[in-house]
Amino acid sequence: MKYRSVFDIIGPIMLGPSSSHTAGAARIGILARKLFLKEPKRIKVHFYGSFAQTYEGHATDIAVVGGVLNLDVADPALPDSLRLASARGIDVEIIPEEAIPEHPNTVRIELYRDEDWLSVTGISIGGGQVQITDYSGFPLKLSGENPTMLILHKDAYGAVAKVTQCLMNECINIGHMEVSRLMKGDLALMVIETDEAPTSETVARIQEQSHIQKVVVLEP
Amino acid sequence: MFKTIEDLVLQAESRGLHIHEIMLEQEIESSGKSREVILEAMRARYEVMDQAIKRGIQGVHSLSGLTGGDAQKMYEYLQGGRYLTDPTLLLATCYAVATNEVNASMGVVCATPTAGSSGTLPGVLLALRDRHHFSDEQVIDALFTAGAIGYVIANNATISGAAGGCQAEVGSAAAMAAAAAVELAGGTPAQAAQAAAMALKNLLGLACDPVAGLVEVPCVKRNAGGAAIALTAAEMALAGVSSRIPPDEVVQAMYAIGTMIPEALRETAGGGLAATTTGRAWKKKYAHSGKVVDK
Repeated sequence: MKYRSVFDIIGPIMLGPSSSHTAGAARIGILARKLFLKEPKRIKVHFYGSFAQTYEGHATDIAVVGGVLNLDVADPALPDSLRLASARGIDVEIIPEEAIPEHPNTVRIELYRDEDWLSVTGISIGGGQVQITDYSGFPLKLSGENPTMLILHKDAYGAVAKVTQCLMNECINIGHMEVSRLMKGDLALMVIETDEAPTSETVARIQEQSHIQKVVVLEP
Repeated sequence: MFKTIEDLVLQAESRGLHIHEIMLEQEIESSGKSREVILEAMRARYEVMDQAIKRGIQGVHSLSGLTGGDAQKMYEYLQGGRYLTDPTLLLATCYAVATNEVNASMGVVCATPTAGSSGTLPGVLLALRDRHHFSDEQVIDALFTAGAIGYVIANNATISGAAGGCQAEVGSAAAMAAAAAVELAGGTPAQAAQAAAMALKNLLGLACDPVAGLVEVPCVKRNAGGAAIALTAAEMALAGVSSRIPPDEVVQAMYAIGTMIPEALRETAGGGLAATTTGRAWKKKYAHSGKVVDK
């Protein structure tokens, strides 16, 4: 089910003008910021499809930047996001792309700070609902509605078992899990949706396991 | 758990419940939250709808200047007492326009199911409240009825204009509003489902062709049309009229049509009204100055 709650239909409470091109775009920005774990110094926003054609009229650029600044879809400061970003010294580049995306409302956000870089692609599927479909080259499907761990690790046997062992020890139930890798033996990404959010101790324990590079926890 | 409108009606009728009660039960189960918390969350949305209408009828204007002030005109016209049809219908269309004018001005609205179609449902329900003295609680219940219909459409088809055209947005909103109006008026779950089908049938094939890519022209006025069609469908269902094509098949037809609508008519501002001489001139003005100066 793409839509799980009555409030996905009657809602969100939001600033206009578009649930998909404004509120949804802001939500993708919020998720990108959460995944990057800090405020970026520079962002590049690539718009595709309907987003590329109509982002100015829908304030999609303002919404994405507002989301990256952690502004909620109903935050009265949202229309001012571009000014706020520049006041905080964040460099913003908006790039409408020609390529035809799989979903008409697609945005790829690149976030930079010092040596760190992250690319997050999201789609806005209607009524403010969104999915993250790519995390720096790893395909995934992430709505951000449940607690989710993204674990970057070396593609090696036993890596998945060690992580699930840590969760088992804490009695945390896995609702959904997927693993993708760039190349055999190279970097891989585990995406684990759980019923309860893992504690910081659990996250630290996972981080200590061999082959684990980075653990990102998304809480709804 | 219901997946289709047929499921929903069967569950409601076999247990002697309303559609809104089935939706509320499912929300309690899926979210793990209490009935009170969920009702309070819906009340907050209802209050946003009420505020948006109050603001809209006082006259608001969008940044582009393309829309605004029409709800105020309609409200004054209604107060003047010299209208053609029925004050409930006129008030519903006025409230629908008010909400979408607030949306176009980047004001606060509640998406129902989307922001572009946020006027249709509150337009219908709040006009019925004001003309027929339904209580806040009854209107809040009716929002769950509308939510149930929207939930099925969103999961089995689409509510995105970019994916399915305006039929997916204002069409879905009108179906939701029609069903909610029927339950509010004391109709049966089956009548509510029929009203949803008849409303959606009247909006099948509708293109999404926003001028200059703004959620203004024709979106604001299409919500007035959505509200009027919803009330018409509700009246027909309450009179005992039913759709020859069952509601779930109408939803499937909407989805299938959406896949056949060319990209230029799916929220890309590439066709339809957006591609008219006037539509293109507005786009040029908007792109040039970031603001459409005159109308």
